Amino acid sequence: MRVALFIPCYVDQFYPQVGIATLKLLQHLGLDVHFPMQQTCCGQPMANGGFEHLTHSCNANFIKAFDGYDYIVSPSGSCVLHVKDHLHDPKQEDKATQVRQRVFELCEFLTDIVQVQSLQARFPKRVAVHQGCHGQRGLQLAASTETVTPRFSKPLQLLKMVEGIELVNLDRPDECCGFGGTFCVTEEAVSAAMGLSRVADYTKHEAQVVTGTDVSCLMHQEGLIKRRKLPVQVMHIAEVLAAGL
Amino acid sequence: METKTIPHAEAATKFLANPARVQWHDETLWFVRYKRDKIVNEIPEWEQLRNLASQIKEHTLSQLDQYLEQFEAAAQANGVIVHWAADAADHNRIVHSILQQHNARKIVKSKSMLTEECHLNPYLEAQGIEVVDTDLGERIVQLNKEMPSHIVLPAIHIKKEEVGEIFHQHLGTEKGASDPLYLALAAREHLRQKFLAADIAITGVNFAVAETGAIVVCTNEGNADLGAHLAKVHIACMGIEKLIPRTEHLSVFLRMLARNATGQNITAYSSHFRKPAPGQEMHIVIVDNGRTTQLGREAFRNSLKCIRCGACLNTCPVYRRSGGHSYHNATAGPIGAILAPNLDMRKNADLPFASTLCGSCTDVCPVKIDIHNQLYQWRQVLTQEGYVPAAKTASMKAMASVLSSPARYSFAGKWARKFLRWFPSLALNKRLNPWAKQRDLPTPPKESFREWYQKNGGNQ
Ligand code: SF4
Repeated sequence: MRVALFIPCYVDQFYPQVGIATLKLLQHLGLDVHFPMQQTCCGQPMANGGFEHLTHSCNANFIKAFDGYDYIVSPSGSCVLHVKDHLHDPKQEDKATQVRQRVFELCEFLTDIVQVQSLQARFPKRVAVHQGCHGQRGLQLAASTETVTPRFSKPLQLLKMVEGIELVNLDRPDECCGFGGTFCVTEEAVSAAMGLSRVADYTKHEAQVVTGTDVSCLMHQEGLIKRRKLPVQVMHIAEVLAAGL
Repeated sequence: METKTIPHAEAATKFLANPARVQWHDETLWFVRYKRDKIVNEIPEWEQLRNLASQIKEHTLSQLDQYLEQFEAAAQANGVIVHWAADAADHNRIVHSILQQHNARKIVKSKSMLTEECHLNPYLEAQGIEVVDTDLGERIVQLNKEMPSHIVLPAIHIKKEEVGEIFHQHLGTEKGASDPLYLALAAREHLRQKFLAADIAITGVNFAVAETGAIVVCTNEGNADLGAHLAKVHIACMGIEKLIPRTEHLSVFLRMLARNATGQNITAYSSHFRKPAPGQEMHIVIVDNGRTTQLGREAFRNSLKCIRCGACLNTCPVYRRSGGHSYHNATAGPIGAILAPNLDMRKNADLPFASTLCGSCTDVCPVKIDIHNQLYQWRQVLTQEGYVPAAKTASMKAMASVLSSPARYSFAGKWARKFLRWFPSLALNKRLNPWAKQRDLPTPPKESFREWYQKNGGNQ
């Protein structure tokens, strides 16, 4: 099984440690992981901004980068959802379809494909979990609180395998953090207010660390936390799941 | 009536200038969502009901023309006078002509978002007719010369102390009074007089049953009943999408509406009107006002399934922190943001962008409208139709060019993490860069992941 690592552009540029942790984790599970150098971006920033029609060459490049792998795995629910929902290429629609079917967010890949039963990680801290909306509601990584369906959460399922971790119950378990792509600058005031409510939920419950499935949401919240010098550390779920490996 | 439209982001920034108030607004609405969650979780078959409700509405929309004709025939057979209005102006004219026929000068009106959409009140007031909104929340905003800020809870943005002040000014209650019971009793006394003096009652419609020609109006205050029973003439105004095929379908919708709206088992009054009482007259005005256009837009068609429960507003983290008026449209929130561009793309081009696409609206919707997908689709349409700023188009084009080429991408990234400049324009200047106003920037690492990977070859 050949696994391609899809590291979203902003993770590549700003949070290389998340890419490294993801790679480490997958390799630790004995997988044959590759990072295709051709990859750039999935095109989501343009598409969500209303410019899906400008993503054609991005899509073509994405297909070229990831064609032929058995699985494409990424530490970002949001980017994976974009690829699954919107990656098309009229010139090679079969390949586009194959990519859409083979792309997985890291947690769902671990629970559903690799079906991990245990992890070696150790992380003795009080941890709050922010399940990014695109992952949770879009990819169905976890049941959302609006629906009356059996409760499940793939990220929590994995975090519970980590030794020493203490998971914090939040007042609003799946409230959006307000990042929202270009929304974070075009609607700056609302975006920051949403993020601050989210952060207040963590501090109220004395979480030491907040972790999540999307670096974009975390980057926004980290920006707010750092500006206010709050005692909450922000880490991607891959870093927690790979802690101590 | 036309005033300058303040873009959502700007209006929201103003609303957010008072953080304590915003927190109160957010928590008040979140409490409604909490009550809703509690009560829908008592119904194990909730998701099945959502499917049914969605299917009934989709089916109805698929043959709306036939159901409308069936409804008209049944209503006429019941002795109801049916009118058809192509748009808001038509609707207002028709209502006015009925009032003229009866020489009516005093009108009581129960809650109807359609009449808000058509701006009926200012139209009638300009003709010297007194229109009194009899829903308590609507009366509060009417006295305060405002629009409702929520489709179910019209005065949700007003605190009880402020209601006390409004009532003091208009109804002569004691200054400084804020006891809800005292204020409600004062409103009741005031409205009683209006009900008794009214020539004609106008109501909205929640459901219109095609097979019987009956309409159903749901209220918690009984004000629709009181108005319609006391006045000689009852005018019910409805959009064409209010139809359901049969009475039995109410067993799905009435179970869901109040639960999803306010966390009640059912609205206090579900009033069925079928035919005029002896000596009375009943009119139904059926309004299109852009709905057939929406029906013709495949991607947006199913927004017409909406039963106006308001849950997507309560759950929306953006709505809770920007307030209903920031949507500059009769219907606010996520549903407003997908309905409004259909009425006027230029004026409402900002609304589909006033969302993080978190999808909570879609999951809370009792009729399964894919609201966040439609927001995404509207963004594409509005961009293609040229309703976005030129600067945004230019920067998006530049971004697309960089991101589609590995060489340009690596170059741009490496070049002092210039990334900061184009996603999402994270330059360091607080004044120029909205990101940095309240947020720190990520510390740019020495090397990117790909640079690290090239060196380490992925061999861990
Ligand atoms: S779109 Fe759905 S949730 Fe929103 S008001 Fe309409 S029915 Fe209710």
